[in-house]
Amino acid sequence: MKTPFAITLDVGSSLLNKTGSWRTERPQYLDRLPPCNHACPAGENIQQWLYLTEEGRYEEAWRQIMDDNPFPAVMGRVCYHPCETSCNRGQLDEAVGINAVERFLGDQALINEWRMEAGTSTGKRVMVLGAGPGGLAAAYHLRRMGHEVTVFEASPQAGGMLRYGIPKYRMPREKLRAEVARIEQMGVALQLDTRIDDVLAARDEGAFDAVFLAIGAQLPKRVDIKGNGEPPVLDAVTVLRNTELEQTTGLRGQVVVYGGGNTAMDVGRSAVRLGAKKVTVVVFEAREHMPAHEFEVTEAREEGVTLICLRAIREVHGDTVTLEKMVPGEGRWPQPTGQFENLSADVVVQALGQNVDTALVDALTGVRTAEGVVQVGADMQTGCAGVFAGGDMIPSQRTVTTAIGHGKKAARNIDAYLRNGAYQAPEKHEVVNFDMLNTWYYSDAPRTVRPMLNVMRRQSGFAEIVGNIDQEAATFEARRCMSCGNCFECDNCYGVCPDNSITKLGPGLRFKFKYDYCKGCGLCVSECPCGAIKMIPEDI
Amino acid sequence: MAQIPESLQKVRFYQTGTLTVGNRLLDAEHRSVQATLDRSNSLDSGHRACQGCGEALGARFAIDAAMRATDNRLIAANATGCLEVFTTPYPETAWSVPWIHSLFGNAAAVGAGIAAAMKAKGRKDVRVIAQGGDGGTTDIGFGCLSGMFDRNDDVLYICYNNEAYMNTGVQRSSATPGAARTATTMPVGKDPGNAFNTGKSVPLIAMAHLIPYVATASVHDLHDLEHKVTKAMGVRGSRYIEIFVPCPLGWGSKPSDTVKIARLAVECGLFPLIEAEHGEITGVTKIRSKTPVADYLKLQRRFAHVLKPDNAHQLEQLQAIADRNISRFNLVDDQGGQE
Amino acid sequence: MLKQVEGSHAVAEAVALCRPEVISAYPITPQTHIVEDLGTMVKAGGIENCEFLLVESEFGALSACIGSSAAGARSYTATSSQGMLFMMEAVYNASGMGLPIVMTVGNRAIGAPINIWNDWGDAMSARDAGWIQLFVESNQQAVDVHIQAFKLAEQLSLPVMVCMDGFILTHSYSRVDIPEQEQVDAFLPAFEPRQVLDPAVPVSMGAMVGPEAFTEVRYLAHHKQMEALELIPEQAAAFQQIFGRDSGGLTKSFECEGAETVVVTMGSVIGTMKEVLAGMRADGISIGALAVRSFRPFPKDTLRACLQNAKRVIVFEKCLAVGMGGILAMNLRMALKDFPIRVHSAIGGLGGRPITRANLRRMFEKGIRDEMEEPHFHDIQMDIVERELERERAQRRSGSIAENILQDVGVVAAAKTI
Repeated sequence: MKTPFAITLDVGSSLLNKTGSWRTERPQYLDRLPPCNHACPAGENIQQWLYLTEEGRYEEAWRQIMDDNPFPAVMGRVCYHPCETSCNRGQLDEAVGINAVERFLGDQALINEWRMEAGTSTGKRVMVLGAGPGGLAAAYHLRRMGHEVTVFEASPQAGGMLRYGIPKYRMPREKLRAEVARIEQMGVALQLDTRIDDVLAARDEGAFDAVFLAIGAQLPKRVDIKGNGEPPVLDAVTVLRNTELEQTTGLRGQVVVYGGGNTAMDVGRSAVRLGAKKVTVVVFEAREHMPAHEFEVTEAREEGVTLICLRAIREVHGDTVTLEKMVPGEGRWPQPTGQFENLSADVVVQALGQNVDTALVDALTGVRTAEGVVQVGADMQTGCAGVFAGGDMIPSQRTVTTAIGHGKKAARNIDAYLRNGAYQAPEKHEVVNFDMLNTWYYSDAPRTVRPMLNVMRRQSGFAEIVGNIDQEAATFEARRCMSCGNCFECDNCYGVCPDNSITKLGPGLRFKFKYDYCKGCGLCVSECPCGAIKMIPEDI
Repeated sequence: MAQIPESLQKVRFYQTGTLTVGNRLLDAEHRSVQATLDRSNSLDSGHRACQGCGEALGARFAIDAAMRATDNRLIAANATGCLEVFTTPYPETAWSVPWIHSLFGNAAAVGAGIAAAMKAKGRKDVRVIAQGGDGGTTDIGFGCLSGMFDRNDDVLYICYNNEAYMNTGVQRSSATPGAARTATTMPVGKDPGNAFNTGKSVPLIAMAHLIPYVATASVHDLHDLEHKVTKAMGVRGSRYIEIFVPCPLGWGSKPSDTVKIARLAVECGLFPLIEAEHGEITGVTKIRSKTPVADYLKLQRRFAHVLKPDNAHQLEQLQAIADRNISRFNLVDDQGGQE
Repeated sequence: MLKQVEGSHAVAEAVALCRPEVISAYPITPQTHIVEDLGTMVKAGGIENCEFLLVESEFGALSACIGSSAAGARSYTATSSQGMLFMMEAVYNASGMGLPIVMTVGNRAIGAPINIWNDWGDAMSARDAGWIQLFVESNQQAVDVHIQAFKLAEQLSLPVMVCMDGFILTHSYSRVDIPEQEQVDAFLPAFEPRQVLDPAVPVSMGAMVGPEAFTEVRYLAHHKQMEALELIPEQAAAFQQIFGRDSGGLTKSFECEGAETVVVTMGSVIGTMKEVLAGMRADGISIGALAVRSFRPFPKDTLRACLQNAKRVIVFEKCLAVGMGGILAMNLRMALKDFPIRVHSAIGGLGGRPITRANLRRMFEKGIRDEMEEPHFHDIQMDIVERELERERAQRRSGSIAENILQDVGVVAAAKTI
């Protein structure tokens, strides 16, 4: 159309005006580190597998977990989920129920028999000692990297503390069996009932190129208690192991457990299930300083376990346990008062922690131990070349998840070692804190409650007490994730840009700035719900 | 804590629901126009609005929604003002819709003329929007606007309300709130800033014309805004939508706070989001989490004096206005204000 | 078809024959009857596919036409006096945007003092607004020129005012030949806009233009008006072919060829003048008249050609540039600036003051004697003026001029009857 000069203008002509020159700061998309990922000892990319779960892409979500952790069904039950503790949503309403979703995905994998494949063979052979979570995790990762792996385990069954330490009501054995079996199906050789005493000899005999030690901490820590041996004073490791092996535990009548950690709760709760008349846990620390997780304490008490805090057991004599009252002292360490009281007992169990059996490494030249644990370098290698170690036997939190994380880290370093290189961990992104989010955009949604077995049934057997959440609940819970620091394609930036200076690239492809037009107002940064955009100064 | 919601409720939870512009978890039909790849970008890049301009944002939101609702058969008439100046300085236009600017005070009449032309030509499919800022709407264009309402012309009039004459350098309009600083209501003397008990509510005046549809909207709530524009385009006759569009320059706020300020204006009750049909209020958008007006005011230099101890009475007056809006329009849900 | 009708009605019929698509209407005397009649015609189905908008003001009236014209609809409105001033912003806007709106101006004085009667103050207030301004002498011409106005407007993409004296034409009944629809359709094609608001081909109209292009835009507006100088006579000729009448054009001569003295004027007053001049010629005085039909564009060359042999020109006009003098006279003097022609400026008929044959002849004779003041105020009552000036000299609070003069007129009138 021939239109009047200057007064009438043709469409699209403003694109000649590159308003990007106004800018002093430019927005940039980035992936920050969500606090859940940051807190996960196994290094799971939790945000990413929740993202996939949100869309119902369960198998992809599961495979995302499997990149870091071969035990989703197990960890969805026994992990103490520091991810949830650090979850930013906790500051908004309640943390996302990450653990429940992980369990859902783990169980989906078992139901659908999703498998993992071994990597292309490298011809290298690795010996792993200990079929606990750390050893099996290392074996799994090494197998995915294409190495031949044999795991030697002294016990008749694989699982380590997962089997011999954690009671069935928290860790149903068929889940454990299935997840271990899946690792075996990848071609990991498992030699049970095989105790190795001479590491180097076994290595040479099997022509292994590297060794990973993950024998855990199995020796019960004991304090000497005055007494005449009646009633018996047992230790938690033995009691729980016998429970698993369905052998006599000695837990009967009035049971007194000494200790304030999760293991003490495990023993107390097992005793309830085995028919003890009365179970009392004597705790040295004050209630608020007990190392046991709160939910363990709560559940134990629901099941009838009595808790007595700030007491030290001084003497066990006849059917009487003598306790000294303590008072809170400096820090967490209580002070004695000289006041005593008595408690009647048929059996006393010490649950005061475990030590590492260092006999295995004492024979290895170059391996250093300190404070009862094996010292390793940043690459998980001991002082003995080609011998790596992880899990409870090295300085650690001594949780299953930590051990699994060690397994992954060791596998990466062993792999590098086998390729005559050094593993370079990728640089960690900045962790997202709550202030970086714009939480107004998240729908209000209370956390999904996981179903619990009723107390009567809990008291009378070892049935799993925490129930499953179904697909809808798992999806709901995943959708509570705020996707901290990682674009979840909410289109806010694309929508709120007054200058239309963002290109939407399409599903899964995120967005791109049109810097020709972006004036640098920062609205996209302010209105990004998850903190995945940052302003950086322009060089002017 | 409540038990797990029943399965249907669970399915209806979509992380951010409709609070964000888009949501990959929602059906396509429930996503906003702005979330789509093929939105019309009726107000395109290269325009000369200030950084973080709420009006530029509101205009693209509204016109894109109207374009979608009319299958791209839309003509817009624009009053003089920022929106006109920053979009069409010769030789560049940022509009991709057929668009006309005539004068400051006549957008409603020009729109009425276009609508009459379309009617005369039997082009029922082509719809008309007239638009302007608050000065061009509530003051100088008010006669033509009222005439358009009176005749029930088939025009949607959109007022982008940034509460003063920004294009001329921030002078008071009849949409300027009490206590606000403008170049003609400086914060000096007793009761600094704009006088209270002045100004007018054009939405309520529009309702008094008994026109088929009146609504208020805000740039912070895109789905609500698009719903209202879409609804308006589904109705024949005179319609009025007032969109709250913060102005970083005129309000003394950070360009990056534009949407946040709009959100707080609504959440504190100072700018109620309502809908009315034929003179009766038919809907209000509930406040999601009620906020004190001070949270809204403190982000804007035009209200800086209000937050000084000497002017506590002004803060109280503004809070009282917000509270009155909340009770008058029932803006807070008894259940606690859910989405 | 010949009809004995009111001028306003004749114009309404003419506009209706032009198949307008949008008409906006607002009442102001003396144009009101036109839009009243059009409203009735639209309502009765007499004009097909036409929207009749009852607007809230003249500003709204012309603004609506701006919208409808930009949207490609043939658009019409009418106004007078204060209404013209009230829409003035839109008047400039319509021409600036090149929108071919046709507007009838029922010429009326502008207040204060408020006055509903005829003069050209309203049209003159818009003389520099960029519109084409055509003045008509009779109701027949009003009919004919409206038909030509639409064609001219649309051809040039410029708005056109058809100026007709209020009451004298708008409210007078006379015999008018109303053309047939087929004739009008043959003359006036359907509106094909030069620019249009169309979703199929979107454009932005009404851009902001800065110093870098504003001069060129203004030049082009002027250039368009110069083009009209050629187009207007062409159209008048084409009109005559179809309708058989000499209507329109830039100017109209009434025996001015060879005359020593030529009276130049516009509008309906030529009717009275023709009789006066005929009488004077019968008395041996060499005098003729020239009616300016197109005031904007101002036909300088045509006027020079018509007047080059005259000795003197007496410009008679119903308007005044206060502080300067006659507006038409000023324009004409510019046109004749290098000719040795004496130009007298007479201003009369303001606010509806009757113009009689007798006082016209006295005035022309004074002009021929070259005794005219500059400017000459025709038929002015100087005694009343003197009395008011005396009052103002005497006391600071002399009161309202208009009120004082009304009182004096009453007193004078009363004294005369005694």
